[in-house]
Amino acid sequence: MKRFLTAVLFFSGLLLIWQVLYSLKLWSPVLVPAPLDVAGFIWDYTFNPGTALEPNEHQWELFGAAGITMKRLLVGYLIGLLAGIPVGMATARMRALRDTVGVLALGLQGLPSVCWVPLALLWFGQNESAMLFVVIMGTLWSVILATETGVRNVNPIYVRAALTMGSKRLHTLTKVILPASLPFIVSGMKQGWAFAWRSLMAAEIYVTILTGFGLGHLLHYGRELNAMEQVIGVMLVIVSIGVAADKILFSPWENFLHRRWGTSG
Amino acid sequence: MTLQQELAPISPAKLAVEEVSKTFRTGKREVHALDRVSLQVSEGEFVCLVGPSGCGKSTLLNIIAGLEQPDGGRILADGVPVSGPGRDRMVMFQEHALFPWLDVMGNLMFSLRLKPSLKDSERREVAMYYLHLVGLERFQNANIHELSGGMKQRIALARALAPNPKVLLMDEPFAALDALTREQLYGDIQRIWLERKKTIVFVTHNVREAACLGDRVVLFSPNPGRVQEEFKIDLPRLRDINSPELATYSTKIMRALKGHLAPQMEASE
Repeated sequence: MKRFLTAVLFFSGLLLIWQVLYSLKLWSPVLVPAPLDVAGFIWDYTFNPGTALEPNEHQWELFGAAGITMKRLLVGYLIGLLAGIPVGMATARMRALRDTVGVLALGLQGLPSVCWVPLALLWFGQNESAMLFVVIMGTLWSVILATETGVRNVNPIYVRAALTMGSKRLHTLTKVILPASLPFIVSGMKQGWAFAWRSLMAAEIYVTILTGFGLGHLLHYGRELNAMEQVIGVMLVIVSIGVAADKILFSPWENFLHRRWGTSG
Repeated sequence: MTLQQELAPISPAKLAVEEVSKTFRTGKREVHALDRVSLQVSEGEFVCLVGPSGCGKSTLLNIIAGLEQPDGGRILADGVPVSGPGRDRMVMFQEHALFPWLDVMGNLMFSLRLKPSLKDSERREVAMYYLHLVGLERFQNANIHELSGGMKQRIALARALAPNPKVLLMDEPFAALDALTREQLYGDIQRIWLERKKTIVFVTHNVREAACLGDRVVLFSPNPGRVQEEFKIDLPRLRDINSPELATYSTKIMRALKGHLAPQMEASE
């Protein structure tokens, strides 16, 4: 409760400073809109139904855009995980794969994932496949490398103990090696998520994806229209999604690691 | 299989080590860890292998466990050649080897889940029986990192006992513990051995520990690893590590150990 109050106090303070800066009229209101204007944008683009005579055509637009972006992100991310973890385990276990696929992963992980955008657009066009491809490329290599490192750091005594208890190949892999490398895999998952999220935003901002307008598209149009409240409003939504993803996707894993491994948390 | 059958002590196995040899290559050097070692362990016997480091005693244990393959010779467990690890021969390592991603109960259930003949509720009962046996049933939901070193080894012992193996192989399981905890565990392991009727092969470099626990102490000599001498320990159980009778035995073994080391040191000078 006390932690919650501290957080509330901190963010109220930020809002207050923002309001004060706006009121001082140091900058043009076009560049620094009032907090209420931003709230107004969010209201108009989500809940405001408008009037009977003049229905609000933007109602749910923010929601829809967030939905489109999240779908691209989650589907691509999931594919990246499902492919990356087994491949990472394989590269860790087989030297031939480590010297080939492992080196490839190392190289491509170093490539900023936004660099995949031009290639994806040329290959697939301005559509969902291109977005999915960008997200998968952002996720995959980090997850492969983290899993490989994790598996190679598993204390061999766990495997030996499991063998004496009658554990065999697939059982050892899924019940011993996989959970034992979890601390590394989770940090790889977080990194993959961050890379995918950034490159997806970049792609959406700079290219109009004809199959669906995501948050990046809304952000881009905020600039085109010189609508700063829209730019900041969308940014706030993007930040909130990031925080929510961390709390929903990663906190449970991290809490589990802290509790079981006894690392401070 | 019923729970009663599962929890009943089973007849322990006899082990036969026949002419086992093992050589390790590290870079240019060749280490002859075991040189045609033969050893008989009868049913229900508690045998301690002692010797200086590098005498191959841990290697022999790993070969009996099936975790390593010998270069020559073979192991028979109940007359059947050992080709790999098996639940009839459980191992307890110097490091506890408990899985940190599982709690105490999860660790015991790990080995029990690999026994297909039991129901999950029965597995839980079996696990509780062994937790009770090592006196830690209150800690069934504890995380591994929350346990002390001695408690971890007790849980590791419970996990090794849970599948009801015929043979228990112990590789310096108490070496990393403080003296007081170790003395408690000497009592525990003797009590459990009497109660559960296991064949135990126990590797240690601590001569007194070997004399305290073993029916028989097998002294190994290094380079190449060979059986040098055997000592029968005719003392009633439960034995106290601090008893003077025990000291007589351990002094004798220690003298044999040093007697073997001394000429070797001269030779190397």
